[in-house]
Amino acid sequence: MWEYTDKVREHFINPRNVGEVENPSGTGDVGSITCGDALKLTLKIDENNIITDAKFKTYGCASAIASSSALTEMIIGKSLEEAEKLTNDDIVAYLGGLPKEKIHCSVMGQEALQKAIADFKGIEIVQKEGNIICHCFDITEDEIRHAVSEHGLSSIDDVTGFLKAGGGCGQCHENIQEIIDDIRGDLNKKKKSASKLTNLQKIKKIEQTLEEDIKPALKKDGGNIELVDVDDNRVIVRLQGACATCIKSKETLKNHVEAKLRQKVAHDLVVEESLL
Amino acid sequence: MIDNPIYLDNNATTRTAPEVIEAMLPYLGTFYGNPSSMHSFGGQVADKIKAARQSIAKLFNASPDEFIFTSCGTESDSAAILSAIKAFPEKKHLITSSVEHPAVKNLYENLKKQGYKISLIPVDSKGRLDLDFYRENLTEDTAIVSLMWANNETGTIFPIKELAQLAKEKGVLFHTDAVQAAGKIITDLNDAKVDMLSLSGHKLHAPKGIGALYIRKGTPFYPFLVGGHQEGGKRAGTESTASIIALGRACELAMENMEKEQNEVKRLRDKLEKALLEKIPHSFVNGDIENRLPNTSSISFEYIEGEAILLMMDQFKICASSGSACTSGSLEPSHVLRSMGVPYEAAHGTVRFSLSIYTTEDEIDFVIEKMPSIIQRLREMSPFWKG
Repeated sequence: MWEYTDKVREHFINPRNVGEVENPSGTGDVGSITCGDALKLTLKIDENNIITDAKFKTYGCASAIASSSALTEMIIGKSLEEAEKLTNDDIVAYLGGLPKEKIHCSVMGQEALQKAIADFKGIEIVQKEGNIICHCFDITEDEIRHAVSEHGLSSIDDVTGFLKAGGGCGQCHENIQEIIDDIRGDLNKKKKSASKLTNLQKIKKIEQTLEEDIKPALKKDGGNIELVDVDDNRVIVRLQGACATCIKSKETLKNHVEAKLRQKVAHDLVVEESLL
Repeated sequence: MIDNPIYLDNNATTRTAPEVIEAMLPYLGTFYGNPSSMHSFGGQVADKIKAARQSIAKLFNASPDEFIFTSCGTESDSAAILSAIKAFPEKKHLITSSVEHPAVKNLYENLKKQGYKISLIPVDSKGRLDLDFYRENLTEDTAIVSLMWANNETGTIFPIKELAQLAKEKGVLFHTDAVQAAGKIITDLNDAKVDMLSLSGHKLHAPKGIGALYIRKGTPFYPFLVGGHQEGGKRAGTESTASIIALGRACELAMENMEKEQNEVKRLRDKLEKALLEKIPHSFVNGDIENRLPNTSSISFEYIEGEAILLMMDQFKICASSGSACTSGSLEPSHVLRSMGVPYEAAHGTVRFSLSIYTTEDEIDFVIEKMPSIIQRLREMSPFWKG
């Protein structure tokens, strides 16, 4: 069960301004039925550029409906100039917070508002340009870059919570991480990628370390170790001989094998015992 | 705290039967002895565990020494599958279906990363297995087949007897996750010759934290938990005595209530389903209606989203589940519904109702009364609903 604030619940149960404004001055349509949420915002704007009415229709979860309802309450009576400054963070604050995974509901509100205002002004919103990173939700590199740099996102989960990007098949996770790393300019990460080993180099180095530094010590105690697999930073090994039945084998793996491999090969390696 | 809900989420968990609580309580208090002890104070608990093993064996028409108690259905699934691959280290191929519970699905995905080749049997639009695909992919190199007896989301029942027979002909081990089927339909292991079967207590009115694994006599087995001699050396660790006794009692009750499950529960389920489909346009049932658990109904309501439906129902203390993405934290709707080819827009708006022997006619009438206006209200908010 999601932890929704009382305000989110209240706006969901009693949403304000549901429907469509007749002869709207501007309309903003965002989202799609496939993605799981969509919002149609219609605005009435008077000759003084004041938003006199706003209505919404939303397909989506409770937080999408609550975000839409909050949005309409926040913009009615505002000048266009004021409304244009409204961000998704304002919607989240108005609702007293949203779960991290639901931030995209507030982003949808901001996008719909921008689209509706652009529609009123007769500005054609340019179709998405650039490299699409997340094909499941049609999110471009520019959008991800903008979200990461403007909103301090630091993980793939953050990006998914914000833009939905990466929330589908997961194939774009690597690309999203690259964008995050790039923007955050994390020195450590840069250093790491500079000295990054290829998979083959890594496996060879692991094998060499096992042969030269680890096996001799284990053999002294009547044990042995075998490399089963290397999966990214996970080194999967099988303990043999006396080690396989030794109650201290877990300690051996962590304190001896992992420490040695980290020292000699890469600092982020994790050693796991094969389940097979 | 919310009590006395209208609880139509029995495939998630069930109410612990009052008779079960009554049976287990003394073993949390007065009779706390360790069944492995030499003294009679502990020994009397061992006698009760023996009786519980007999009750579970009776429900499955099997022999008591073919069952070990575990902590949950997931442990049983892991123990069965990991034992099989240990027994046949040279076999590098595994079979399951595209609609399994995460307990099997994610374990297989882990094994895939370790180099196993996985064949996922696809299902048709009603959730029925592609038997030709199964036959073609079943080979001597297959270490184990794991297929659920009944699906947790749609209730669709797989033909386990035939599936197990085909595996046997190829000399391949066959495991079934019977967590949803147990106690709801007849699961006769003298008839369906599976090698291993998983069971979870809390899905059949026992408490959470107790499961069992059936291991047919003669099946090679490598224990998942290694340590003491408990469970004939097949599952170490001091027995969860009160919970085991509870599971035994729950199995007795399941046998007594099997007819009620097939008739009364099914009647109420059908009444609910029929009424909702009649009163609510653009709605349909998912799964194999001919071959389905008597308690389960998965209904898609188009143009709206499941989490919103559940929270509206929550206002009336009606509990159910959804195949929607938004309830789970992932953005993809249920893999079961997607495998069946249910379109995204309908999968997002799917509600699973699952009844039990405790469901009453009044409760069903109440849900029938409330659901149409909940759906209507959300549809009126939806930009895709054109009335």
